Amino acid sequence: MAEIQIKNVAKNFGGYQALHDIDLTISDQEFMVLLGASGCGKTTLLRIVAGLETATTGEVWINGRRVDHLPPKERGIAMVFQNYAVFPHLTVFENIGFGLRMQKMPNDEVKRRVERCASLMHIEQLLKRYSGELSGGQRQRVAVARALAMEPDVILMDEPLSNLDALLRLEMRAELKGVLADSKTTAIYVTHDQVEAMSLADRISVMHQGRIVQAASPIEVYRNPAAEFVAGFIGNPPMNFLRAEAAGAGKWSVAGQTVDGPAASGPLQYAIRPEDLRLSDQGLPARVKLVEPLGAHLQVTCDVDGTAIRAVLDSDLTLKPGDAIHLAPQPDRVRWFDPNTTKAVQ
Amino acid sequence: MNARLLPYLLILPVTLFLCVFFLYPFILVAQQAFSNGGEASLQNFRDVIGYWKFPISLRNTFLLAIIVVPIQLALSLLMATMVSKMKKGRDLVLYVWTIPLGISDLAAGIIWLAIFEQSGFLNSMLAGVGAVDAPVNFLSYQNTFIVFLAIMLAEIWRATAIMLVIIVAGIGLIPKEYYEAAEVFGASPWKRFVKITLPLLRPSLQTALILRVVLAFEVFAVVAALGGTLFPVLMGEIYSYQFDLQNGGNAAALALIVLGISLAFTLIILRALRVPKGATI
Amino acid sequence: MTAVTDTRKAGRWLYVASVGLLCAWVIIPLYFLLINTLSSPETVNSFPKPFIPEFDLGSLQFFAGFQGMLVALKNSVVVAVLTMIISISIGAPAGYALSRFDFRGKEVFRLLILLTRAFPLPLLALPLAVLFIRTGLDDTAVGLALVHTTLAIPFAVLITFSLFSGIPIELEEAAWTLGCTRFTAFTKVVLPLILPGIAASAIFAFVISWNEVFAAAVLTIENRTLPAFLLQTLAESPMHLKFAGGFILVVPALIFIFAVRKYLFAMWGIANR
Repeated sequence: MAEIQIKNVAKNFGGYQALHDIDLTISDQEFMVLLGASGCGKTTLLRIVAGLETATTGEVWINGRRVDHLPPKERGIAMVFQNYAVFPHLTVFENIGFGLRMQKMPNDEVKRRVERCASLMHIEQLLKRYSGELSGGQRQRVAVARALAMEPDVILMDEPLSNLDALLRLEMRAELKGVLADSKTTAIYVTHDQVEAMSLADRISVMHQGRIVQAASPIEVYRNPAAEFVAGFIGNPPMNFLRAEAAGAGKWSVAGQTVDGPAASGPLQYAIRPEDLRLSDQGLPARVKLVEPLGAHLQVTCDVDGTAIRAVLDSDLTLKPGDAIHLAPQPDRVRWFDPNTTKAVQ
Repeated sequence: MNARLLPYLLILPVTLFLCVFFLYPFILVAQQAFSNGGEASLQNFRDVIGYWKFPISLRNTFLLAIIVVPIQLALSLLMATMVSKMKKGRDLVLYVWTIPLGISDLAAGIIWLAIFEQSGFLNSMLAGVGAVDAPVNFLSYQNTFIVFLAIMLAEIWRATAIMLVIIVAGIGLIPKEYYEAAEVFGASPWKRFVKITLPLLRPSLQTALILRVVLAFEVFAVVAALGGTLFPVLMGEIYSYQFDLQNGGNAAALALIVLGISLAFTLIILRALRVPKGATI
Repeated sequence: MTAVTDTRKAGRWLYVASVGLLCAWVIIPLYFLLINTLSSPETVNSFPKPFIPEFDLGSLQFFAGFQGMLVALKNSVVVAVLTMIISISIGAPAGYALSRFDFRGKEVFRLLILLTRAFPLPLLALPLAVLFIRTGLDDTAVGLALVHTTLAIPFAVLITFSLFSGIPIELEEAAWTLGCTRFTAFTKVVLPLILPGIAASAIFAFVISWNEVFAAAVLTIENRTLPAFLLQTLAESPMHLKFAGGFILVVPALIFIFAVRKYLFAMWGIANR
């Protein structure tokens, strides 16, 4: 049972406000991913939970116990680092058993746990090696096994896959998901890779400029972004935006078309995902500017009312720059944002 | 442990140590130099400067520094460039060239004494090729130029290594891409050295020159071993004030003069080789 | 075409020849010292000199038997070992602080350390001589070691700074999350990784003390170190004694440069950044 509560945490690095007022509760056994571009504060937040960094203000609670004044070793956490941090002077066995040795655990128990974690990560045959003799992927496995061997309440991971090559990353991602689900620990995972976040997370916290913009399930973050930033950050290519002018109660004028929308005043942003646009006889009038055949589908960049709009279309279509087409949005996938607050409007 | 205080706690021992054994004696030297019989006075300085040996030892020290340091700079730059191109045997050559780094000035003086003394190797060689009939007494008052030459050679032999190490380390910090880019643009090896190596090496040249110049004004044991009293230098005069003449005030005053000269040169070098802000590697 | 290859070849020859010449420039004087040391006192004072050593231990025996010489040798070792211990034990924490923390005054501190190198430090031995007489440290190994430590400390701080900087902070952080305190993380993770480097900087401190003449001559009277003893007896001692003494002075230096050669360049690289 390990619930993590982050209450009003802020961090100031000598005048630079890295985190503003973070409030986040991560429930027991939840896999929480902190997602954001570099410099958004996600690693700082993780390090504050780990105890490697001290929050300027605010509290961190793990398991109903306030921990923000405790050193890392008393927080019941284990951490996996971006560059693995496998101790070069110790064998793989001693690396995995390092934390257990620090707890003065008897030899046979250390041996049992190390071997179990090593087999979980498929590195049983490497136990006698040193870090210099391992590949990046193997070092990553050692780092994860070392964290698991602690049987921590909480496991913290700082971009653990970002130093691996693409294929290995896919493989490790799948393995991590399985191993962590079985271990029943609460996990916080920091990444800038949205695919990684979507595939691993129970819940994603999207961070931007030191704030959590949205914390929700992957599909919720994707379908119902809470703010323009999330809509523009998640998805590849990201969501399209068009300016919408009020045209009567609940009616909006978008690129010369009148569509139904929320009952609100003032101009709004009309947003639609590229894959929710279809080629049609009616809908938004568009002029094709760029056609990129990507195999599975066709990515088309068009000019709609002076704005560049991307659509992901069927790859059998034959389109060329200059073609005048119409793009029909799937009505239930249209989202609205207030350009003043940048928040979603229902 | 409070993480804010920890770094200060860690530098505390060194700071205290330097206060007691660096700052405090420095103040004492100054005090002693500027007082005479308990009163503040410049008498010590007047005594020291007025002494007949002062102009000679000052001239000798400067002469030695002015001739030795530029030769060492050129030599160490040459050696560093040679070594940077080396593929095979680089480690061995660097080891051999840095050996004198560990050799004291006294030992270096003794080593060159073996060559220049009357029954030494230079005389043996000259006699071997029949250039002289009887061994020449090189290190005598009749041959002050050779005394100077021997001291100069010993200094160059001993103290080029420290400059070499600093410069080799500095060249190691310069990214190879700059040279490749310059080569693509058609710069000759000499141009590459002048336009890339030298400007980017400024911080290392600064350190190397400051260290060398300060040590050049401290030259003492090499001279003592080779020249004895034939070639008076400032540091040797301090030594003789302290021991032969038992005059601590005069020794302190002369020490401050040496310190002043060292500081002046340090500032000149810092100024001449300053690196514009943002122009670092 | 042949002209080009000819100049190439000539250039190559010139290059190899100059490297060889510069190596000879360093080694030949050392070789002469070796000949003199391994020759009998009679040969050392004879003329002309042989150009190969006769492997006679007479000079070295005379050196060992010379009144006060072995004591001076022992004093040198004691002072150098003390200097090594003091400078590393107070220098290494500062090196660690410089590499691991950003603190107010860090740059000033670093500059101060670098600046001490720019002072003719042996001069400070003069007033310390008076101070030491008052505190009873005069003419003792500890007193001299303290002065030698001022010479060694900038190097100790800078080398350990560069050594600690070479160890990723993540290794320490990983140890903290695995149940270590700051101290146990240091002893279990940092120390084993850094030990060879610490040994190198300790040797550096040893040789700085071993070679120092001026302060040693000023601060010791009865308990002379070897360089101070040699300096004191320069005028009256026979040639073979000087050469044997010089040789004993040089030997540790040769070993030292060999032992620390890996760290010499790294140290100055970091120091000038």
